[in-house]
Amino acid sequence: MKRLRFATVGSVDDGKSTLIGRLLYDSKSIFEDQLEHIEAVSKRRGDDYVDLSLLTDGLRAEREQGITIDVAYRYFATPKRSFIIADCPGHIQYTRNMITGASNVDLAIVLVDARTGVVEQTRRHSLLVSLLGVPHLVICVNKMDLVGYDQRRFDEIRTEFEEFASRLELQDVTFLPISALAGDNVVARSNNMDWFEGPTLLHHLENVYTASDLNRIDVRFPVQYVIRPQRAEYPDYRGYAGRVAGGVLRVGDDVMVLPSGLTTTITGIDSPLGPRESAEPGEAVTLLLADDLSITRGDMICRPNNRPRASQELEAMLCWMDDAAPLQPGKIYSIKHTTRLARAKVNQVMYRLNISNLHRETNVNGLAMNEIGRVTLHTTTPLFFDDYHQNRVTGCFILVDEATGQTAAAGMLLSPRT
Amino acid sequence: MKSALGELIDESVTIIREVAAEFERPVLLFSGGKDSVVMLHLAARAFAPARIPFPVMHIDTGHNFPEVIEFRDRCVAEMGVQLIVGSVQASIDAGKVADATGPRASRNTLQTVTLLDSIAEHRFDAVFGGARRDEERARAKERVYSHRDSFGQWDPKNQRPELWGIYNGRHKPDEHFRVFPLSNWTELDIWTFIAEFKIDLPTIYYAHKRPVFKRDNMWMAITEFLRADDGAPVQEMMVRFRTVGDATCTAAIESSASTVADILAETAVSRVTERGATRADDRMSEAGMEDRKRTGYF
Repeated sequence: MKRLRFATVGSVDDGKSTLIGRLLYDSKSIFEDQLEHIEAVSKRRGDDYVDLSLLTDGLRAEREQGITIDVAYRYFATPKRSFIIADCPGHIQYTRNMITGASNVDLAIVLVDARTGVVEQTRRHSLLVSLLGVPHLVICVNKMDLVGYDQRRFDEIRTEFEEFASRLELQDVTFLPISALAGDNVVARSNNMDWFEGPTLLHHLENVYTASDLNRIDVRFPVQYVIRPQRAEYPDYRGYAGRVAGGVLRVGDDVMVLPSGLTTTITGIDSPLGPRESAEPGEAVTLLLADDLSITRGDMICRPNNRPRASQELEAMLCWMDDAAPLQPGKIYSIKHTTRLARAKVNQVMYRLNISNLHRETNVNGLAMNEIGRVTLHTTTPLFFDDYHQNRVTGCFILVDEATGQTAAAGMLLSPRT
Repeated sequence: MKSALGELIDESVTIIREVAAEFERPVLLFSGGKDSVVMLHLAARAFAPARIPFPVMHIDTGHNFPEVIEFRDRCVAEMGVQLIVGSVQASIDAGKVADATGPRASRNTLQTVTLLDSIAEHRFDAVFGGARRDEERARAKERVYSHRDSFGQWDPKNQRPELWGIYNGRHKPDEHFRVFPLSNWTELDIWTFIAEFKIDLPTIYYAHKRPVFKRDNMWMAITEFLRADDGAPVQEMMVRFRTVGDATCTAAIESSASTVADILAETAVSRVTERGATRADDRMSEAGMEDRKRTGYF
């Protein structure tokens, strides 16, 4: 089964650290020296109990303040599957770090406190998960032990969430009643909630099907690097290396190269593990082509009858991430999209999205740190792209501040509004 | 051929190619340790049949296990890559750092000065490191492309966002990036790769007999750089090294695992992290690694 990358989003108060600690502990992925270390630190600080957040809050500043500031990655495996956890901060001032952690995961877990139900933070996190196109969402209604394992409370929260989520683009949402502290429905089934017939969290994580999340239809191969060995044994070798962004490429396929529009045939596929007959989304391969065309980094290989859009006029949702400088329409930024580097100007902020209540605020002339808005952009050269919802790889980009080098914004390309 | 490690290999190879495409002067840190060996093999596969388009560099404390230095030289010769050695001894001789003294002296932290000087001397703008996020809690927080300012410093509170698979390597002329292609590999993944592709390693990774003494509950090897502490009895024991670093601060573990299969079995059931079991340097403080990384350490 494919490795699962998932994000946990929330703050310490939601029981996020307890949940991760429980997953790691019950799957025997916490090592003795790590446990000894956090026990010693907790004891020295005079805590009443072992603070499991110390497992993932690895920075000095996080330990001092008792909050998660940046994403931490943790790894564990069961006999069925290997997992990568991106443990994300929940506070609004660290939204950009949450987006970093959640941008390339298969699944996100959002924690809801059973006592308080759906709160502003739940809505904000779910919106970001929806915007980022994370294919699977799990709403863990935590602390069920504190509401008497009451089915009605769980159903209420579920209804409340579904009303809000109907305005989002969430593809697959699962609701689980759990108690991370007591261990109910995390790794082992709960004896306290006979009314719940769904899986445990771990069972769900082990079995969630992700192979169909990648776009296997539309062939997209951004050329990353041209391999030309200056070696006597390979006088004529010329390979185009990159990572398949969409579709399945096969030896013998006719392909088109953009921007030139010239066509040729795939004569061979090399991979880090040797020659192949085909290449699938996500795989790093080298294509050999029948004709000696001029192809460089930043070019896009596709099928002649299935091309990405090509344009210098773009529309996108933009998440602003630079705390030093807000978005200035008209200012020139570097734009990195697949393997292509260009320059871009934002023409107009169409609206700013209020990430707590989904209201569209018009008449804004910029975006500050952690703000999200729909914008139009103009680039120096055409980009070859797809709608973000069709293909996350060819639909995303970053803006870089040319003076400071900071990653200023993350963008998701969308079809223009008609 | 398909591998269980396929997705990790694809990710690492993509990162290595991206750096080769975007930076002017990359270099790969190569100590002869298992992670850097795997990284070097991945680099070779990333550009095959062409050669690796950048040199490798070793920061040599002068206190390394001779088996590892012998392996290092043989490995780079077979791979056909250029080896640059940054010498901590030379930094000491030039008066840039003072050699550590006392019974527990280690040159481990002195390496930072030699590393930063070597990066500046060769004007390297991207430095590949074999660090993994599962090793240590500060590393668990670090980006794949990790920015270093003109002092070589890491600023963990102000890391650039890193989204999707898009990496931002923009920097000023005297700044550089540390790049970690193995970020998402675990110790078990590394050994799985070594087994699957029959990768050669320094002999000290496998169980062998050697004189050791006990210090802080860890087995330290007697070498020309390290004598037993006063009163500590020296014993011949079957040991192996789980990590390979400076001989004065890297401990051995008691083990009879003499083949890759034995080590895979041992690693799968291990209850202690590799650094917890073997590194005196990480036991110094709650944030030992973070503090060293801030000043430019690996």
